[in-house]
Amino acid sequence: MTAATTVHRPSGFRISKRVLPYLLSLPALLVCIGILIPFLTSVVYSFQRYRLSQPWARQFNWGDNYISFFTDPKFWNTLEVSLLYAGITVVLELLLGLGIAMLLQKRSTLNNFISIMLLMPLMTAPALAALMWKLMTNPGFGVLSYLASLIGLQDFRWASSPSTALLTVVLVDIWVYTPFIMILLLAGLRSLPTQPFEAAALDGVPRSFVFFRITLPMLTPYILTATLFRLLDSIQQFDIIYAMTQGGPGDTLTVFQVEAYLNFFQSTNVGRSAALMIILWAITYFLSNIFIKNWLRLRERARGQA
Amino acid sequence: MEHTSLLERILRGAALTLVVIFFMFPIAWIFMMSFQTNETILRIPPQLIFEPTLANYTALITGKLVTAAGTLDIAFMRNLWNSVFLSVTSVAVSLLLGVPAAYAFARHKFRGSEDIAFTLLSFRFAPALLVLLPLTLYFQKLGLANTYIGLIWVYQLICLPLILWIVRGYFEDIPADIEYAYRIGGHSWFATFRKIALPLAGPGIAAAGLLAFIFAWNNFVFALVLASADKQPVTVGALAFITSSGIQYGQISAAIVLSITPTLALALYAQRYLVEGLSLGAVKG
Repeated sequence: MTAATTVHRPSGFRISKRVLPYLLSLPALLVCIGILIPFLTSVVYSFQRYRLSQPWARQFNWGDNYISFFTDPKFWNTLEVSLLYAGITVVLELLLGLGIAMLLQKRSTLNNFISIMLLMPLMTAPALAALMWKLMTNPGFGVLSYLASLIGLQDFRWASSPSTALLTVVLVDIWVYTPFIMILLLAGLRSLPTQPFEAAALDGVPRSFVFFRITLPMLTPYILTATLFRLLDSIQQFDIIYAMTQGGPGDTLTVFQVEAYLNFFQSTNVGRSAALMIILWAITYFLSNIFIKNWLRLRERARGQA
Repeated sequence: MEHTSLLERILRGAALTLVVIFFMFPIAWIFMMSFQTNETILRIPPQLIFEPTLANYTALITGKLVTAAGTLDIAFMRNLWNSVFLSVTSVAVSLLLGVPAAYAFARHKFRGSEDIAFTLLSFRFAPALLVLLPLTLYFQKLGLANTYIGLIWVYQLICLPLILWIVRGYFEDIPADIEYAYRIGGHSWFATFRKIALPLAGPGIAAAGLLAFIFAWNNFVFALVLASADKQPVTVGALAFITSSGIQYGQISAAIVLSITPTLALALYAQRYLVEGLSLGAVKG
C-alpha cells in the first residue's frame, strides 16, 4: 500500500525466509530440550552407584550396573516378562483385530455403528481400564469371578495368583488395544482397490487363496504400522500392570518400567533403575528406527500414488 | 462376495455378537454398579434388576461419604478438576508451540529440520520413566515438584510430538502455490499463515488437538511420579481412592464412570477425526 512497505518487503522476505523456520520451531524445541537434559542425566546415573538412601556413597562405578545384570536373575525375569507380555499381546491383538476388521469390512449402518462403539475401550484410560477389570475380578462380588465359578473354576484368583496374573493383564491389554489395530486395519481394508477381488470372484478363486495371496499382501503396510506401534507401546507397558498388580504377586509382572519404578521409589536404587531404562530405551530405539524408515517409505509411496 | 450362505451369515453374526459383548460388557457393568448400593453389589449371584440409586454420585459430588462408621471426605472432584485443567492447558500450550513449528517443518526444509523432527517424534516412543525419574530430582530442586506448571511442561512430551507430526502432514498437503499467490497479492507472511494455511489445515489441527487431549487425560505415569494428592488427575486419583476406601465399590464405580465419560464422549462425537490421528497420519489417503 504505502511506498515504505513495498520497498521493505524484498529484503524482509529474504531475511525472514532464512530465520523464520528457526524462529517458528524454537519454542517447541526449547520445551523439548528441557526434557533432553533429564535423558542425559539418566545416562549418567546409569553409570553410577547411586542410592537415594545412601547419598554419601554416590560414585561412578562405570559399567557395574550393566555388568551385574548378567548374573542377576531379577533382570532376566524382567526381560523375559517384558518380551513375553509384548509378544503375547501384539500377536493376539493382531489376530483378533484382523478378524474383527474383516467382519466389519462391508460398509453398513450396523457395521459402522459397531466400529464406533469399539472405539470406546481404546479411549478409556488404561489405568482406569485396569481398575474396572480389577473390580470385575474381585473375589467377593466380581462378575468374572462369579462366571468362572459357574464353569467350575472355583476360587479362580485372576491377577492375585502368580499363575494367572499374566493372563489377566494380557486380557485387559487386549480389551484396551485390540480396537486400535482393528481400526487401522479396517481403514486399510476399506481403502483397498476392488478390481483384484472382483477378478478373483469372477474366476472362482477359493477364498482362502484370495485372503493369503491378495488381501494379506495388500494389507501389509497397515499391519506393519499397527504392529510396530503396538510393539513399542506394549514393551513399555506400565499403566495397566501397575494399576492392576503393582508388578506382583511377587515379581511375576515386573516388566521394565514397573521394575524401574519400584527400584527408584521402593529400594531407592537410582543407578539400577536408570540402567534398566537405558536398556529399554535401546530396545525401543532399535524398533522405532525400523518403524520410522518403513513408515516414511510407505508414506512416500502413498504420496506418489495420490 | 454377495452370495454368502446362511450358515456363514449366522456364524458372522455370532462372532460379531461375541465381539460386542466382550468389548462393551465392562463399561456396561461398571455403569450399572455405579447406580447400586454396596448391599446389591455384594449380592451373589450378581443381579441384573435392582433399584437404581444416585447416592454414589451425590457422595462424590458433595465430597462427603456418610457411612455407619462416620463421615468420610472424598477429594475426587478435585481430581476431576485437575484432569480438566491439566489436559486443556497442556493441549492449548501444545497447539501454540506445535502448530508454528509444524508449519516451519512442512514449508521450509532448513538445515537439520528432518533430524529435529525425528528427535521430537522419538519422544513419542521413548520410555516415559527414563525422563521422569531424573526429572523428579530436578523438579524438587527447582521447586517445580507438585506444581501445575511442572506437570503441564511434562505433558508436552505427549502432546507436542502428536500435534507436530499430524499437523505437519496437513500443511504439507496444502499446495505451496496457493500461498505464493496470496503473498504476491501483497500480503505479509503472517497474514498468509493465518488466512490461508491455518484454515486449510483446520481439520488436521482439530484432530491433533482432540487426540492430544485424550492422551493427556488418559495419562497415568506422569502425575503418579510428579504430583501429590492435590494435583493428581483422575487416573491416579481413582487408584488412590481404591486404596483409601477399598470397600466403597459403588463410589469407586461412579468415580470411574465420571473419569472415563469425557474421553468416551469425545471419541463418539469426533470418531472420524481420530482414526487418522491415531496412526500419526500413517494411513492417510
